[in-house]
Amino acid sequence: MTMNLPVTMKVLPVGDCIWEIPPSEKAGMLVPARLYASEALLSAMDAGVFEQVTNVACLPGIVRAALCMPDGHWGYGFPIGGVAAFRADAGVISPGGIGFDINCGMRVLRTTLTEDEVRPRLRALVDALFAAVPAGVGARGFLHLEAPAFRKVMVEGAGWVVRHGYGRPEDLEATEGGGCMPGADPGAVSDRAIRRGMDQLGTLGSGNHYLEIQVVPSDGVHEPDVARAFGITGPGQVLVMLHCGSRGFGHQVGTDYLRRFDEAMPRYGITVRDRELACAPFRSPEGQAYFGAMTAAANTAFANRQLITHCVREAMARVFERPAEALGLDVIYDVCHNTAKVERHVVDGESMELVVHRKGATRAFGPGAPDVPAAYRHLGQPVIIGGSMETGSALLVGTAHAMEETFGSTAHGAGRTMSRAQAKRRVRGETLIQEMSARGIVVRAASPSGVAEEAGFAYKSLDDVVDTLHRLDLSRRVVSLRPIGNIKG
Amino acid sequence: MGSYEVLEAVSLADCALAIEGASLADLFETAARALAELMVDPDTIAPRVQRAVALEAPSLDLLLYDWLAELIFLKDSEQFIVTQAEVDVEVATPCRLHAQCVGGVIDRGRTVLRADPKAVTFHQFTVEPRDAGWHARVVIDI
Repeated sequence: MTMNLPVTMKVLPVGDCIWEIPPSEKAGMLVPARLYASEALLSAMDAGVFEQVTNVACLPGIVRAALCMPDGHWGYGFPIGGVAAFRADAGVISPGGIGFDINCGMRVLRTTLTEDEVRPRLRALVDALFAAVPAGVGARGFLHLEAPAFRKVMVEGAGWVVRHGYGRPEDLEATEGGGCMPGADPGAVSDRAIRRGMDQLGTLGSGNHYLEIQVVPSDGVHEPDVARAFGITGPGQVLVMLHCGSRGFGHQVGTDYLRRFDEAMPRYGITVRDRELACAPFRSPEGQAYFGAMTAAANTAFANRQLITHCVREAMARVFERPAEALGLDVIYDVCHNTAKVERHVVDGESMELVVHRKGATRAFGPGAPDVPAAYRHLGQPVIIGGSMETGSALLVGTAHAMEETFGSTAHGAGRTMSRAQAKRRVRGETLIQEMSARGIVVRAASPSGVAEEAGFAYKSLDDVVDTLHRLDLSRRVVSLRPIGNIKG
Repeated sequence: MGSYEVLEAVSLADCALAIEGASLADLFETAARALAELMVDPDTIAPRVQRAVALEAPSLDLLLYDWLAELIFLKDSEQFIVTQAEVDVEVATPCRLHAQCVGGVIDRGRTVLRADPKAVTFHQFTVEPRDAGWHARVVIDI
C-alpha cells in the first residue's frame, strides 16, 4: 500500500473500501480491526482512529471485528464512528463505547413548504426557532418537572411527552424503538444525574448539535421511490433536522458509571489499553446497573427530541400563521447514534445475542427487520447522516448487506478533520455567520465561537462519506439536503 | 500561577488540556480556570457568590477527575460557573480536597458563552509530578 498513514501497524486492503488490521499487530487483540473507507477517507483519518479501534478489538467478548465507519475520527475510548458487538453472555459493556451523550441522535421532519415559501420569512423563522429551543451553556427548557415525573420520562421516553400533549401519536411510530428502549432502571440513576438534567428537556446543547432548516436541492433525489415513502416529493421541499441527545442527565450517567467501572474492573480481572474503555461484564451487577441507567438516559434523549419537535411546530405555526398540521411537520424518522442495544445477529453461522455498541454510528437495519416502522419495513430503515452546518446532510436507507457486514450499522456524519482550536484560528464566528448569510444560510447561535468550531472546512466531505457507504452497500443514498437556516448552541 | 494549553492533535472533536501547576493546589486551581475559560468568558460572569466544595477520592488523579466533574455538574444543575478557586489538596487515603470557590450564575443577556462541556474523560488522563511542580493531561468531552 502506498498511502502514508499515521500508523506503523499493517493496514491491509481486504475488499473495495475495506481495510483490516490483523490481531497480530497489537498484543491483546482478540479480533481484527476493520475500517470502511475510500483511500481518500482512510488517508484523512488521524492516528487516534487506528490506535482506538485496535484497543476496542482487545475488549473481552468481542465478536467478528472492531469496526470503524468512513466518518471515523479520534474520540475517547472508541473512535467516533466505532461499532463493536460483544456476546451478551460472555462479553462486556463499556460507557466509552457509547459516549457521554447517550442517545445522541438525529430527527428529521418533512414539511409541506417549499423554499420559495420559506425564503421571505427565513430570518423570522430562524429567530423564532432560536427563541423556542434554548441552546448553549446553561440553557433550561420550558418544562419544569419534579424528580418523580422525570423518572417516568426515563421509563417511557418520547411516549411520556406525547401523552402529555407535546406531540402526535404517529411521531412514536417514526422513532427508533418507538421512542422508548425497554429496560430503563431509574433506581440505577444517581440523584446528581437527575438534578443535572431535569430542567434541560427541550434544550439543544452545543458543540456539533443543531436545529436546521434544509431544502431538497434540484439534483438531491437519488432514489425517488424510497424518497416518496419518506414523504419527500421533490426538489424545493423544506425539511427540519435536529441533532441532540440526553443533555446533562446522560452526561452524568456516563460520568458516574465510568468512575464505577474504573474501580470495578480489577474485581473482574479486566485490563484495558485506554482507561476510557473501562467496562464490566454485561451480566454483572455493575453491567446491568449501567445498562438500566444508560437506557433511562436514552429514553430522556428521545423525550428531548420529541419536546424540541413540539417547540418547532409551535414556532413554525406562529411564523407561517397556519396550524402545524397544515405545515406537515411529520417525523420522517428519529435515530440514535450513541447507544448499546441488545440485538440478535448471525456470527459465523450462529445466531447470537449481542450487546452492539454504536458510538457515532447509526443503526441501519435492512428491509424486513421487525423494528423498522411498518411504512418503511419493505425498504429498510431510514438513516439520517448529519453533515456540517455549511455543506448539508443526507438521508439514506438501511440494507440487508449491513446486517451481515456491520451488525446493521452505518456512519453518522461527516467526521472532523481539524481541531476546534484550529478551526477558530481560521475563521471568526461572526465572520462565518456573515459569509453564510451571503450564501443564503441564516445562522443564529448562542456562541459565535462555537460556530467557528463547526465550520464546513473542519469536516470531511459528506459526499465522500455517503459515496463510500453507498459503494459498500452499508446504506444507500436516497436524498441529499442543503441547509438554509441553522440554530446552534 | 499555573498555566494550561490546548493539545490540538488529541481527540479532534473534544478539548484536550495540558495543565501545569507549581503545586498540587495550583494544578487544581489552574484546571478550574481552564474549564471556566472553556465554558464562558469569565470576565462576563459577575463573581457574586462564594461557595465551598469538599471532595474525597481514593487516588489523586480521581480527585482531579471528581473536581472537574463537580464544576461541570454545577454548570448544568445551577448554571453556576466557578471563575476562581482556592484549593487545598491533601494526599492521603483517601485524598481530600477543600475549595473556596468564587463565581456566579450565567446571565444569558451578559455572559459570553463558549463550549458546553459534557464530561471529563479518562482518555490519556494523567496527573504526575513534573520538574518542580505538577502536570495533568485531561480530555474534556465537548
